[in-house]
Amino acid sequence: MSPIKFLTRTRNGRSLDWTDWMSYAYLTVGLFLMFGPVLWLVASSFKTEAALTEFPPSLLPYGQKAVAVPGEEKPKPVYRVKLPDGTTKELPEVRRIGLVATHVDPAKPEEFIRVNVNDREPVREFRLATENYTDLAGKLKFGTYLWNSVFITVVATLLTLLFNSMAAFALSKYKFAGRKGVFLLILSTLMVPPAIVLVPNFLVISELGLLNSLWGVIWPAVATPTGVFLLRQYMLTIPDELLEAARMDHASEWKIYWRIVLPLAAPALAVLAIFSVMWRWNDFLWPLIVLSKNEHFTLQLALNAFQGDLVTQWNYLLAMTVITLLPVTIVFAFLQKYITQGIASAGVK
Amino acid sequence: MKSSTARTPWFFLTPNLVIFGVFTFLPIAINLYYAFTGGVQLYPKDRPFVGTENLATLLDCGSYLDPASCKKDIFWRAVWNTAQFSLFQVTVMVLFSLITALVLNRKIIGRGFWRGVYFYPVLLSPVVVALIWKWILQREGVLNAVGVAVGVPQTLWLAEPGWAMFWVIFVSIWAHMGFYTLILLAGLQAIPADLYEAAQMDRASPWRTLTRVTLPLLLPNLLVVLVLAAIKAVQTFDEVFVLTGGGPGSATTFVVQFIYQTGFQEQVRLYGLAAAGSLLLAVALIALTLLQLKISRAEEAGERAR
Repeated sequence: MSPIKFLTRTRNGRSLDWTDWMSYAYLTVGLFLMFGPVLWLVASSFKTEAALTEFPPSLLPYGQKAVAVPGEEKPKPVYRVKLPDGTTKELPEVRRIGLVATHVDPAKPEEFIRVNVNDREPVREFRLATENYTDLAGKLKFGTYLWNSVFITVVATLLTLLFNSMAAFALSKYKFAGRKGVFLLILSTLMVPPAIVLVPNFLVISELGLLNSLWGVIWPAVATPTGVFLLRQYMLTIPDELLEAARMDHASEWKIYWRIVLPLAAPALAVLAIFSVMWRWNDFLWPLIVLSKNEHFTLQLALNAFQGDLVTQWNYLLAMTVITLLPVTIVFAFLQKYITQGIASAGVK
Repeated sequence: MKSSTARTPWFFLTPNLVIFGVFTFLPIAINLYYAFTGGVQLYPKDRPFVGTENLATLLDCGSYLDPASCKKDIFWRAVWNTAQFSLFQVTVMVLFSLITALVLNRKIIGRGFWRGVYFYPVLLSPVVVALIWKWILQREGVLNAVGVAVGVPQTLWLAEPGWAMFWVIFVSIWAHMGFYTLILLAGLQAIPADLYEAAQMDRASPWRTLTRVTLPLLLPNLLVVLVLAAIKAVQTFDEVFVLTGGGPGSATTFVVQFIYQTGFQEQVRLYGLAAAGSLLLAVALIALTLLQLKISRAEEAGERAR
């Protein structure tokens, strides 16, 4: 069997026909379109500020080499300079006036070498500008933004799991007057888009004294119709006999919920946890309204404020964007199966 | 099941119901109140009742087709922008989602991987999505670099009204099509395999199988996806807000941005006008939701009949 034939063999034994080739071509274009922009962002985030302004941009983080010069604050760009004696040498530029650039040898900083800008070319090297990331630690209150995002995400997710599972437990394991009505009422909130109640919710939050507080973002978010629905459907599959047996042993209702139903609902709780983490981490419009002070910004708000600045420092902005998409990407890489299953079963994102 | 302790279920329901009450149902009621009161005060008691004045201001138009003839021209610009955006975004996105789902439903190697490729952008935050594309579309961006290489002059893609709308639609499709692909794929996989076997037995061509078996059976799913996508599209805000800020001018200002700007960004915060805008948006969304309910009810009835 020829290697080509072997490689193009399909599961049912026939070889690929043109429709298969079309499919793979379509998918490959999709791969390029969907991942390309994200990869470009990541590659760009490792470029130096100078390399980012180059046009056309280089594919990989190539940039002009820069070295420290004694007596100068910032590292200086290095050029391959043709010296008057005909030899070439790699020297950093300290200043440039018109067509004349002044270079200096870091070993002999007192000696200036003046050359015409046509007699030199920049020295380029492959270098990952990891300082875009490491500098963030001290800059722009990055740590505060990160902490705010993490705090909101973690606390809101824990409360979401607790409150929604309690409601789901009541709706799946008790018979009481008004059960169907409550369930429909909760589901009906799915149809209330956040944008519609923007103004009045702002009033509610400010009356509760939660403006510019992380709790003002957390509380409205912790009761979700999706979560109640997802957990209720799962808890319906837990046999009632288990609960009855526990009641025979005089277990309290809370203990039945906490010790029996919750552990058994773990798979559904995991799906909801993943969803909740992504919802809260990515939230934008509501935090934008509640949190107006810089020190309460989440990463998303900081990115938005930062990109609107008159002079955008793209090197830091890109690095911060990469950090912001990192958690979601990790969740996606490891838990894709659960996410897609959750969406297929609940029909909501 | 046990009903002796009648209060127990309510104990478990309380946290959820309180939160829904305070942050969803109460605001709906307040929103109505806001829509019919004026002034710039946030506290409801300080607001004078103005009846339908807010709604009248928004709806005061020489001709609804011409925003310039309207009292609140920015609102009608936003309405028409949203309509144009939704029309193109929804139709093109659902078309591509359908094609992608059909391809993913074939016997292909690594289906899980390919499905993930299209789904990944769905998980990204709107701010991140907007920044990724802003970086690509900027003057010295990679798109212009490719363009210059093939002879297209350097363009400020987001500074020309037509192009800005195009890219806003493009980016929105990029970010959301994976979700609808997933739903359509689930629908395709629910079609019984013996129908395809029967079609093969009858020597139906692939095209005939698609148009006579697959698409008719997928139609209910397709309709639900169309309405769901429309409900989302009408509410588009964050990606566009970060990507273009609604500009250039008001070329990509949508209805939710109008509400946000009127209520929260202007010096004079006209909460009543913003709430009236929300009310009109809600009417459009209720209409779409009723349409969806009708479709899914028809679908259920059809399933029972089968």
